[in-house]
Amino acid sequence: MSETHSHDDWPYPHPKQPDIEDGPITDLMIMTEAVTELMIDKAYFTADDMRRTLEVIDAKTPAEGARMVARAWLDEDFKARMLEDVNAAAEEMSIDSGVIPIRAIENTKDVHNVIVCTLCSCYPKHLIGLPPDWYKSRAYRSRVIREPRAVLKEFGTEIPDGVEVRVHDSTAELRYMILPMRPKGTGDMDEDTLAGLVTRDCMIGVTIIDRD
Amino acid sequence: MSARFAAGDEVRVRRASPPGHVRTPYYIRGKEGVVSRLIAEHPNPEELAYGRDGLPVLPVYWVRFRQSDLWPDYQGPEGDTAEVDIQEHWLEPVEDDGG
Repeated sequence: MSETHSHDDWPYPHPKQPDIEDGPITDLMIMTEAVTELMIDKAYFTADDMRRTLEVIDAKTPAEGARMVARAWLDEDFKARMLEDVNAAAEEMSIDSGVIPIRAIENTKDVHNVIVCTLCSCYPKHLIGLPPDWYKSRAYRSRVIREPRAVLKEFGTEIPDGVEVRVHDSTAELRYMILPMRPKGTGDMDEDTLAGLVTRDCMIGVTIIDRD
Repeated sequence: MSARFAAGDEVRVRRASPPGHVRTPYYIRGKEGVVSRLIAEHPNPEELAYGRDGLPVLPVYWVRFRQSDLWPDYQGPEGDTAEVDIQEHWLEPVEDDGG
């Protein structure tokens, strides 16, 4: 991987970009390949089923979660139902939230919540898309539980000392999303416009919505 | 099924190191916290991991800890907390020792 090359019209050599196959092949990768091939050979599903499933998962975005947050900001009753059971609230909006139970945790002026899965990388991908790489990194998982304010600061988020920082570690069969605080000056906005303010990172809790 | 703990109960996480698939992080074992919510009931993942049914289902609680109890050198304000999903068999009541 330290190999370098030059281009004819550009005198400065640069390292060759490694191909995916240049990384180590792990036992789990081999097992995954083997099980997939076996399932296809035995006709449990087809290669196209597999491809399509991955395509659907890869296409998930934070948009559905953002719509739910916007609805909760506008409708107190909906918010109460969402805080009780996100999956049921999603169904009201015809949003597919998957079979794994999801709960929402509300940020308030007194408590700022941030989500982590210290054991692995549990994440509500049906509602907020695939997790960013840093969410799965050992650095985030080990540090945000131990020094959350330092980690938030690295994300550009400073929480005043008078506000409790609460780290929620999802270790069981539940997934979590943050219901962020509605920013000031948004009183005249409709649901779609509000949803446009809600990003992935504020539903993980590493940032707050700031319209300044 | 009946849940052994309710919101507000003081609990201690068992200090144990059983082999196998365990969902209770080491940093809270032996630590005391307060139940904030009964959040779900679920089969025991320590059994599910080995192909068994994990029944009966166990209550899962949110247990809130003070960060300064988890990390003696915690740098943030005293009010900062961590909240962790814990299954009931990992919790024991904090006895009132009369002190």
